[in-house]
Amino acid sequence: MFDFMAILTAFLVVAGVGLVLGILLALFTQFFGIEDDPKVKAVRGALPGANCGACGFKGCDDYAKAVAEGRAAPNLCIPGGADTVAALSEVLGVEAEAAAPKVAFIHCNGVCGATSPKAEYDGMQTCKASGMVFGGAGSCVYGCIGCGDCASVCPADAICIRDGIAHVDPRACIGCMACTKACPKHIISMLPKDAVVANFCSNKEKGADARKNCKNACIGCKKCEKTCPNGAITVIDNNAIVDYEKCTHCGACAEACPTKCLKAVNFQ
Amino acid sequence: MEVFKSLLVIVLSSVLVNNYVLSRFLGICPFLGVSKKLDQASGMGVAVIAVMLIATAATWPIQKFILDPLGLGYMQTIVFIVIIASLVQMLEIVLKKFIPALHAGLGVYLPLITTNCAVLGVAVNNINDGYNFLESMVSSLGAGLGFLLAMVLFAGVRSRIDESKVPKPFRGVAITLIAASFLSLAFMGFGGIVDNLFA
Repeated sequence: MFDFMAILTAFLVVAGVGLVLGILLALFTQFFGIEDDPKVKAVRGALPGANCGACGFKGCDDYAKAVAEGRAAPNLCIPGGADTVAALSEVLGVEAEAAAPKVAFIHCNGVCGATSPKAEYDGMQTCKASGMVFGGAGSCVYGCIGCGDCASVCPADAICIRDGIAHVDPRACIGCMACTKACPKHIISMLPKDAVVANFCSNKEKGADARKNCKNACIGCKKCEKTCPNGAITVIDNNAIVDYEKCTHCGACAEACPTKCLKAVNFQ
Repeated sequence: MEVFKSLLVIVLSSVLVNNYVLSRFLGICPFLGVSKKLDQASGMGVAVIAVMLIATAATWPIQKFILDPLGLGYMQTIVFIVIIASLVQMLEIVLKKFIPALHAGLGVYLPLITTNCAVLGVAVNNINDGYNFLESMVSSLGAGLGFLLAMVLFAGVRSRIDESKVPKPFRGVAITLIAASFLSLAFMGFGGIVDNLFA
C-alpha cells in the first residue's frame, strides 16, 4: 500500500524549497540586479560575435560597450562589413561609412622546390620558436617558416600550410588581422579585397643573394616601378611595395616582373 | 585542542588524501576543461572554494532541520541541486552589483560551477560522514583548497605537455587523461598518512 502522506510531504517539501528559492532569486534580482544597458545590448546584437579582435577591443562585448558609450567608431568591425555598419548606424542613429573590406595576404612564395632547407629543425613546432634559431630552417630568412602560427590563431580557419608555406583563403578570411600579429616574420599584411596584383616576396637581400636563396624571390630590379603608369610601386630595400591607393588595376607590373614574384591575384 | 586537531585532520584529509578531483574523481569536467592556463585554473579554484562554503552552509541546516526530521533523506540529491544552483545565481547577482571587478574575474566560472558535481559531492559527503556544522564547513574549505591545488598543479603539467613532443596517437585528450592519472597516482601516496599524523 502506498503511503500517500509520505509522498505528499516529499512533494510539499521539495515544492516549498523550490518556491522559497524562487522567491529569493526574484527578490535578489529586484534589489541587487543591475539592468544591462539596452543600448549596449542592441549594439552587441548587431555585431557578428566572432570575438576576433579586429576592432582593437577584447571581443564583441567589449567593442559593443565602447560603441554604446561613444568611445569607438561604429565602423571598426571588419568581419561584419557593410551590413554591420548599417545595422549599427541604425541602432545609434548616426551615419557611418563601412570599412573597406580587407584580406590577409602572405608575402612569400618560397614553396618546396623554390627554396631549400639550410638545416633540419627538430624543436618546438611553432614559427616563433623555429624563427629564433638562425631565423628559421629555410634558406631565406625573410620568408614563411611554415609552422603555422598564423593558421593556429585564425578564428575562421582560413589559413592552411601547403608546400611548406602558409596560404590564406581570401574568401574565408574575415580580415581580423590576428595572423598579422602572430607572424614572427611580419610578412602578412592586409590588402584591399579588390587588389589585382601582389608581391609574393618579402626578401630584402640584393638580387643575386635573394635569387640564390629562393627561385621565386623579388630581386629588386625595379622593372615594375618603371612600368607602373601611376607610380604606385616603389622598390624599398630590394623589395617591391605596392601602394594600393594609387593602383588602377592595369596589371602591367605583373607582366613586366621577370621572376614572377609580382603576380596577379583575385581575392573576390 | 582536541577539536582543533580533529579539524586539522579533516582539512588535510580532504585536501590530500580524499582530494575530490584526484581521489574521488568528482569535478573532472572543470579539471580538464579550464586547466589550460594557470590564471584561469586558479580563478576557477577560488570560485569553487567560495561556492562550496556557501553551499555547505545552506545544505547542512536544510538536511538536519528539514529533510531528516521528515524522513526525506532520499530527496537529498534533488533538493541540494536546486539549492546549489540558486545559490550560485544569487551569488552572481550580488557580486555583479557590489564587486563588479571580482564578478568580471570569476564571471565565466560561476555559472559553470552550478553543475560542478564536486560541489554537490561535498554537500552530500558532509552529511554521509556525519560531520557537525563546523566540521562540514572545514571539510568544504579543505575540499575547495584541494580542488584549487589540483587545478594549479595540473595547469603546470599541461603547460609542460604543450611544449613537449607528444607521439601523434596520444595528442590532445589522450595525453591529458594520462597525465591526470599520473597526478592522481601521486595523490594516492598520501593515503594513510594523515590518519596517523596525530596518532
